[in-house]
Amino acid sequence: MLALNNYLILSAILFSIGTIGVLVRRNAIVIFMCIELMLNAVNLTLISFSHYLGSIDGQVFVFFIMTVAAAEAAVGLALMIAFYKNRESIDVEDVNMLKL
Amino acid sequence: METLILGLPVAYYIAMVAKVLVAFVFVLLTVAYATYAERKIIGHMQVRLGPMRTGWHGLLQPIADGVKLFFKEEIIPSEASKFAFLVAPLVALIPAFISFAVIPFGAPVSIGGYTVPMQIAAYYDQAGQQIFDINVGVLYILAMAGLGVYGIVLAGWSSNSKYSLLGGLRSAAQMVSYELAAGLAIVSVFMLSESLSLHKIVADQAGGIWNWYAFKQPLACVIFFICSIAEINRTPFDLPEAETELVSGFCTEYSSMKYAMFFMAEYANMVTVCAVTTTLFLGGWHGPFLPGWMWFIAKVYALIFLCMWIRATYPRYRYDQLMRLGWKVFLPLTLLNVVATGIVATLVK
Amino acid sequence: MESIFFLIVAAVAVLSSILVVTCKNPINSALSLVMTFFCLATLYVTLDAPFMAVTQVMVYAGAIMVLIVFVIMLLNIRVEAVKRGSHAVFAGGAIGLFLLFQTVWFLGRGTLSGATGTMDRAQVVKVGHIELIGKALFTDFLLPFEITSILLLAAIVGAVILAKRKI
Repeated sequence: MLALNNYLILSAILFSIGTIGVLVRRNAIVIFMCIELMLNAVNLTLISFSHYLGSIDGQVFVFFIMTVAAAEAAVGLALMIAFYKNRESIDVEDVNMLKL
Repeated sequence: METLILGLPVAYYIAMVAKVLVAFVFVLLTVAYATYAERKIIGHMQVRLGPMRTGWHGLLQPIADGVKLFFKEEIIPSEASKFAFLVAPLVALIPAFISFAVIPFGAPVSIGGYTVPMQIAAYYDQAGQQIFDINVGVLYILAMAGLGVYGIVLAGWSSNSKYSLLGGLRSAAQMVSYELAAGLAIVSVFMLSESLSLHKIVADQAGGIWNWYAFKQPLACVIFFICSIAEINRTPFDLPEAETELVSGFCTEYSSMKYAMFFMAEYANMVTVCAVTTTLFLGGWHGPFLPGWMWFIAKVYALIFLCMWIRATYPRYRYDQLMRLGWKVFLPLTLLNVVATGIVATLVK
Repeated sequence: MESIFFLIVAAVAVLSSILVVTCKNPINSALSLVMTFFCLATLYVTLDAPFMAVTQVMVYAGAIMVLIVFVIMLLNIRVEAVKRGSHAVFAGGAIGLFLLFQTVWFLGRGTLSGATGTMDRAQVVKVGHIELIGKALFTDFLLPFEITSILLLAAIVGAVILAKRKI
């Protein structure tokens, strides 16, 4: 059986890549996808802990994270559509004026 | 002591390869001749003859079509997104085939002391005298059905043409909407079977036609079949590729083998959907006298014929009607069905 | 055998997640992300969590990513016009790498501790993974489960109000 650290390091790498994406990209949808990537890295951590500790709880957390991600996708994308209607752009630098 | 690979005997792997080959070849042949059958059946329904020239009553028509498409010129639009354009047909084709991994297509057979379950992703536990398959089989099928949309969406987007884009958009909205209703229709089935394993669901329907879930859950059966037809974009729900308004929609820009792959994907999806409906609602491979796999094939072919009959009969839906049907009719009905099933199942217990 | 499999899947996951960040075209980013999700689902299967693997494919690849691709197509966003300046890229990269370094550093020094349960492969095969999850979800985690339903309702209402022109 593989050591737990393998999974945790993979998860750390994915999380860091997600963080870099959030900080570097300007396209709101790509940033959104990077956030999903970070959430998934956390999911991997939870499931591997759940497996190595022999408890189901971690997987139930993953279930809740997925629900939150789905809700987030619905509201986030609706926000982007509303923003695009006003500005013809989804560049995050255009949102910083906090007005239309 | 026999040799084990990853905890399973060698015979298991041989049986696995054999099952994969048989299922794959069978689906490919069915797909090839479904195109012929469709032209022939619709032809006769419209008092025409259908293809007659190639071979006896046009029996070689699928081969002729294949050869024609194979030798056609491959056209890639200069403004297309190359990678997505090339990958899209594959993405459309693969999910249609891999759903077959979990569908049980016959009674278990004994070969040389081994019991081989007629289901690709399953094995027979010699010690426990029991068949194990993926215990999330139904969800696996739903997940793969959800992936089918990518092929069409990618094709529509990467072609860089407005008709393709419209087709892709329509199909994305349509498939996501109908997937919900189809999924909720299945929920009532596994509320009765109390399992997501397809082997168990088929086993529960053994012993006579009245044990089929089609009779215990008629509403779920009808809604699931209609939603599946909508999900694989067949008439009367073929808006993504409506010839008269979108000049073939998402596959307008495709030619040659790539077009052939979309064509195959459409028919493979139809075969998959019919096989899933057979497994979930029509008792799978159960039936009297004949061996199990024959019953399975007969039921699947009957459903394919039904699909073609529907195509020959109904005109195409309008887009807003389609959305209304999915969200305002099927979704509430399936939810009601789930609630009703729950109440009845609790009371019966 | 298992470690080779893990290495291949992990390598594909890391490569495709790098592509998510570096692709200029949002659709290509989305496709790479779907690939990453698949790799993670494969790892969940090896971690004896088949239900989570299928849910991963169904919810992330089948629903959330389709929604994202749908929005990209609806707004017809092709290629990002202006990139961030090199300072921002450098700073972002440095922060990300620091984060990674920090995590790995701590991982090298930690040991697995905490309350261990009784779930193992034999039990997952015998009882069934869905049964285990279902039991936990409807007994120990019933209140959070009910709260998520309210969350989803709020999300539906919010999305409709935000995106609809005229309510």
